[in-house]
Amino acid sequence: MITSATIFGLCGAALIGLGLYGFVTQVHLLRRLLAFNVIGSGIFLLFGATAARTPTGATDPVPQALIITGIVVALAATALGVGLVLAYVRISGKACLPEDADTIDGGPHPSSHEDPPE
Amino acid sequence: MTGISALGFDLILAALILGAGLFAITVRDLFGAVVFFIVYGVFVAIAWLRLGAIDVALTEAALGAGLTGVLLIGAVARLSRVTTPAGNNTSDEMRRPPAGARLASMVVAGSISGVLGWAFLSLPDSTGLRDAVADNLAVSGSANPVTAVLINFRGWDTLLESVVLLAALVGLWSLARDRDWGRRAGLRQHARPGGVMATFGRLLPPFGLLLGVYLVWAGSSYPGGAFQGGTVLAAVWLLIMMAGLMPVPRMVSVGLRAVLVAGPLVFLGIGIAGAMAGTFLGLPPTYAKPLILTIEAALTLSIAATLALLVLGTPDPSP
Repeated sequence: MITSATIFGLCGAALIGLGLYGFVTQVHLLRRLLAFNVIGSGIFLLFGATAARTPTGATDPVPQALIITGIVVALAATALGVGLVLAYVRISGKACLPEDADTIDGGPHPSSHEDPPE
Repeated sequence: MTGISALGFDLILAALILGAGLFAITVRDLFGAVVFFIVYGVFVAIAWLRLGAIDVALTEAALGAGLTGVLLIGAVARLSRVTTPAGNNTSDEMRRPPAGARLASMVVAGSISGVLGWAFLSLPDSTGLRDAVADNLAVSGSANPVTAVLINFRGWDTLLESVVLLAALVGLWSLARDRDWGRRAGLRQHARPGGVMATFGRLLPPFGLLLGVYLVWAGSSYPGGAFQGGTVLAAVWLLIMMAGLMPVPRMVSVGLRAVLVAGPLVFLGIGIAGAMAGTFLGLPPTYAKPLILTIEAALTLSIAATLALLVLGTPDPSP
């Protein structure tokens, strides 16, 4: 029988792939951070669904506590990531890494290796 | 909800989660992507409710959808402020890798999802640690099994987590430039007097305070706890500061730093007292409930302050 746990477990597995695809193909650093968060919540969902696969429906409290810890740490890491992106943009004037500017369509961008304006 | 309607609801919700996630990743407009990500967080919180994990649902709704949203919208605003004068870099950032590379990434990511899904479906049945927690709940000092695990059984994880939060804030603050050090954290707030922000800044905080404190207090017996309550309190504080009704504290304020470290210190102190009595972080069953409430109260304050400051970020660079 298909339960909520089955559906959201598979949904979590799909989200991990979706986030991974975004993380690899997006060059904007803030978009990569978004994709990274999608991977993270996919992992939480897969993990939580694994803990909920019972006929009784009561979810195992230990994974729940670990996931709560994970969500809080994910926010802290995202905030630090946003801080790093903003500091990088402030120094370089760009929101993508120079090596990404070289590999995307059309080859190297003329301004991708310019010196920081400061 | 039973049977076919529950199945339909779950399928639609899973489709909405995947759709919002897909848009959050692929929408061309950065602000649009952030908005889809916030919507995605709300859907995921509902999924946690469907899985019977109410504590996780509360945390996801408050943190994943709420505070992350404020953080990311603030980041988009600051990015546009920094990059717009430079002008032509938007085309660079919107370009994608060549179609071949995108297709290859899609195949690899799809296979990873497939393997994970297959592994999930072929897992053997297990009751996990549910029975072990239920057997020891009576001596844990909390009737909510999730709180019992967080503060008592796996207190070590939670103690280190509160230290990780502090470490993230130290890391973030160290990104501030020397000349900005000691100024007020985050963007300068502009709220029009009598506008929506100023009105909500006066209207919502009393309810938010009540809800935050209730979540902490109820967390010892029902779903809720220091993280959920702390997040709501952080949101209240952010709202008041954004409405311009209270100044943003300076990063050098000693009082602010005392609040930031109070939670981990109280937790560590009780842990060391436990070590004197026999077990590090061990709570004696007779005092477990008041000790859990003490730890949660101190942690809530520190978590609320740390989360709010993490969302505010470094001081706005001086012009």
